Amino acid sequence: MNVLNEWAFIGVFAVMAPVFPALPIVIAWLFRPRKPNVLKSSTYECGVETIGDTWVQFRVQYYIYGLIFLVFDVEMVFLFPWAVAYNEMSLFGFVAGFLFIFLLTDALFYAWKKNALDWK
Amino acid sequence: MDELCTGLCQILVESGADAGLAQFLSLLVGVLLVSGIPLVTVIVLIWVERKVAARIQDRIGPNRVGPVGLLQTIADMIKLLSKEDITPTAADRVLYNAAPLVSFASVVLIWAVIPFTPFHFGVDLEIGALFFVAIASFGTLAIMVAGWASNNKYALLGAFRVVSLLVSYEVPLVFALLVPVLLAGSMSLLDIVHAQTGMWFVVLSPLAFVIFYVSSQAETGRAPFDLIEAESELVAGFNIEYSGMKFGMFFAAEFLHVFTNGILMALLFFGGWMGPLYYESPLIAFAWLGAKGGLIYFTTLWLRNTVPRLRIDQIMAFNWKFLVPLSIANLIFISLALKVMQELGASPRNLAEAGFVELLPTTVVLLVINGAMTIYLLGLLRKRGQEARRESMAARVPLAQAAAD
Amino acid sequence: MELNAITIGFVVFTIFTLGGGFGVVTTRNLFQGTIWLMVSLFGVAGYFILLSAPFLAAVQILVYIGAIAILITFAVMLTRSVTRIKERYIRIVPSFIGSLLLFLILLFGVTVPIFGSHLPESAPQYVASTRDLGMALVDENGYVVPFLLASVLLTAAMIGAIFIARDEKAKGG
Repeated sequence: MNVLNEWAFIGVFAVMAPVFPALPIVIAWLFRPRKPNVLKSSTYECGVETIGDTWVQFRVQYYIYGLIFLVFDVEMVFLFPWAVAYNEMSLFGFVAGFLFIFLLTDALFYAWKKNALDWK
Repeated sequence: MDELCTGLCQILVESGADAGLAQFLSLLVGVLLVSGIPLVTVIVLIWVERKVAARIQDRIGPNRVGPVGLLQTIADMIKLLSKEDITPTAADRVLYNAAPLVSFASVVLIWAVIPFTPFHFGVDLEIGALFFVAIASFGTLAIMVAGWASNNKYALLGAFRVVSLLVSYEVPLVFALLVPVLLAGSMSLLDIVHAQTGMWFVVLSPLAFVIFYVSSQAETGRAPFDLIEAESELVAGFNIEYSGMKFGMFFAAEFLHVFTNGILMALLFFGGWMGPLYYESPLIAFAWLGAKGGLIYFTTLWLRNTVPRLRIDQIMAFNWKFLVPLSIANLIFISLALKVMQELGASPRNLAEAGFVELLPTTVVLLVINGAMTIYLLGLLRKRGQEARRESMAARVPLAQAAAD
Repeated sequence: MELNAITIGFVVFTIFTLGGGFGVVTTRNLFQGTIWLMVSLFGVAGYFILLSAPFLAAVQILVYIGAIAILITFAVMLTRSVTRIKERYIRIVPSFIGSLLLFLILLFGVTVPIFGSHLPESAPQYVASTRDLGMALVDENGYVVPFLLASVLLTAAMIGAIFIARDEKAKGG
C-alpha cells in the first residue's frame, strides 16, 4: 500500500469515526420522549437559579500551565525525529540531544523556583 | 488489510464497477472491519468494568440480564435510547452536540494504527506513535468544547481543570513514549513490536513503563487522577449538562480509552502479540495481544477501585515536580547508556535483528541504571514524606494544646 | 482536472482552510473563533499529508489543536468580554485594505522569484523520512546549530512568559 493510500484509509476512517457515535444519537432522537419545559432546559446548578455570566474571567494559573505545556510540546516535536534516528548517530548525536533537553530543563527549574508550577 | 483491500478492489473492478468507486468501497469495508473491533469491545468493557468494581467492593454486580449479566450493557443502551435528551437553552447548540461525537471518534481513530497481529492491521503509519498522541489531542479539545458550550459554571470549571490536567500529564507520557521509539529507532508500532523480539522493552526500561502507565491513567481520567468525575467538588465535571445518549458517548469513550491505552502499553512495552507459538496462527498472536492488554486493563480497574482521589494542587505538583523531571532524566540516562554501549560495540544498533543473548549486556546495564534511579527516587520520596509529616504534626501541636486547655 | 483521491483531498482541505478562516473573521464569539481557527489549521495539516509529509501533519495537529487551541482558550478566559466583541472595534475598510495588501505581497513573493527560482522543475523522486530529518538535526554540517538555537528560543519564550504572567498577577491582574 503506498503512502497516500494509507492516508486514504485514515481519511475514510476519520470520516466514519464520528458516524459511529452519531448513529445511536440519531436513533435516540427518533424514539426519545419530548417534553421540554422552561425549568428543565434551564442551566443546572444544584437547584438554585444561576447568577451572572458563565464565561467570566478565569485565573492566570491555567494559562501558565498551558504555556509550559506548549513549550514542552514543541520540544517533543523536535525529539521525535531525534529518537527515531538515534541508533544511527555517533556520540555527538547524544550530546546535541542532551544539550537540547538540558536547556529546556533549565526553563522548567526556573518556573519551579518562581513558584509558577504551584496551583494557587 | 492491504491484501484484503486490493483483493476486494479487484473483484469489484472485474464485476464492472468504476475503479475509483471500487477502491473507496474496499477502503470502507476495511475501515468497518477495523473499527468493528473497538465498537464490539466497548460493550463488553462496560460489563467487565462494572463486574470488577462490584467484586472489589464486595458486591455481585450486574447478574440479571443474560448469563452472568452479560447483556446488561445492551439493556442499558436501550434504556439510554429511550431517555429524553435535554439541551439547555443557554448552551451553544452546535458545539454542544459536536463534542460527544469528537470525543468518541478520537478514541476509535487510534485503532486505525493498532497492529492486531504481524499481518492484520488497519495501516502501519511511519509516524504511528506520534499519530495516537496527535489524535488524543482531539479528545482534550472535545472536553474543552463540551465544558464551554454547556454554558454552566460547574461544567466550565470542570473542563478547565480536566484540560489542564490532561495537557500536563501529556508531557511525561510523551517523554516515556520516546524511550520505546528511541530503542526501536522507529515510530511505526509494527517496527516497535518487531524490535522487541529479543527482549521486551519493559525489561530494558521499567521506569519508562511506570511513567507511561501513571500518566495514561491520568490521561483517561481514572483514579487517583479522576478529576473528570469529581462528584464531591464539581458535582459531575465537564459533562454535567449532558443526558441520554450524548452522555453515554462520553462514558463509552472513556471506557474504550482505558482499554486502548492497555493495548498500546502491551504493544510498546510488552512485545505486543509475541508469546509462545504466536507465529503458528494469527489467532494465537491476537489472543496474546488481547491477554496482555486485558491484564493491564484489569490492573487499571484495580487501581481505580482502590485509591482515593487526589486534590488538584497535589496532582499538578506530582506531575510537574516529580513525573516530568523523572521522565526527562530517564530519557537522558537511557540514551546515554545506550550510546556508550553502542560505541563500545557491546550493544546492537538494530534491535529487530538482535537475539536474546546479544541483548543481555544492554539489558543488564539498563536494568542497573533503572534500579539505581528507582532506589534514589524512593529515598527522595521518603525524605519528602517525612518532611511533610513533620510539618503537619507541627501544625497540629498548637491545636491539641488549645483543645487540652 | 482529474478526479482522484488527491484532488478530492485537496478540495476538502481547501474548504476546511478557507472556511475556517472565514469563520474566524466573521464570528463575534472568541471561543467559536478559536474553534474555527482550528478547523482552518486542520486543513493545513491535510495539505502536509497530500505533500507526503505526514510527520509535519502530525506536528501541526499536536501543536495547534493539542496545545495552541487550549492555550488560546485559557487566554480568552483571561479577557473580560468573551462572547461580545464590541461593534466599535470592527473597521471594515482599513482591515480590507490591509489584508488585500498582505495578500498581494504574498502573491508577489510566491510567483515572482526574486532570489532566483526556488521551485524545482519536477517533484523530487526521493521523499525524506523522519529518520533523515533526525539525522539532519544532529549533523555538524547540517542543522545542529538551528536545532540548539530552537531550544534556546523555547527556553527564552518560557522564561519570558512566566516572568510576564507572574508579574501581572503580582499587580492583581
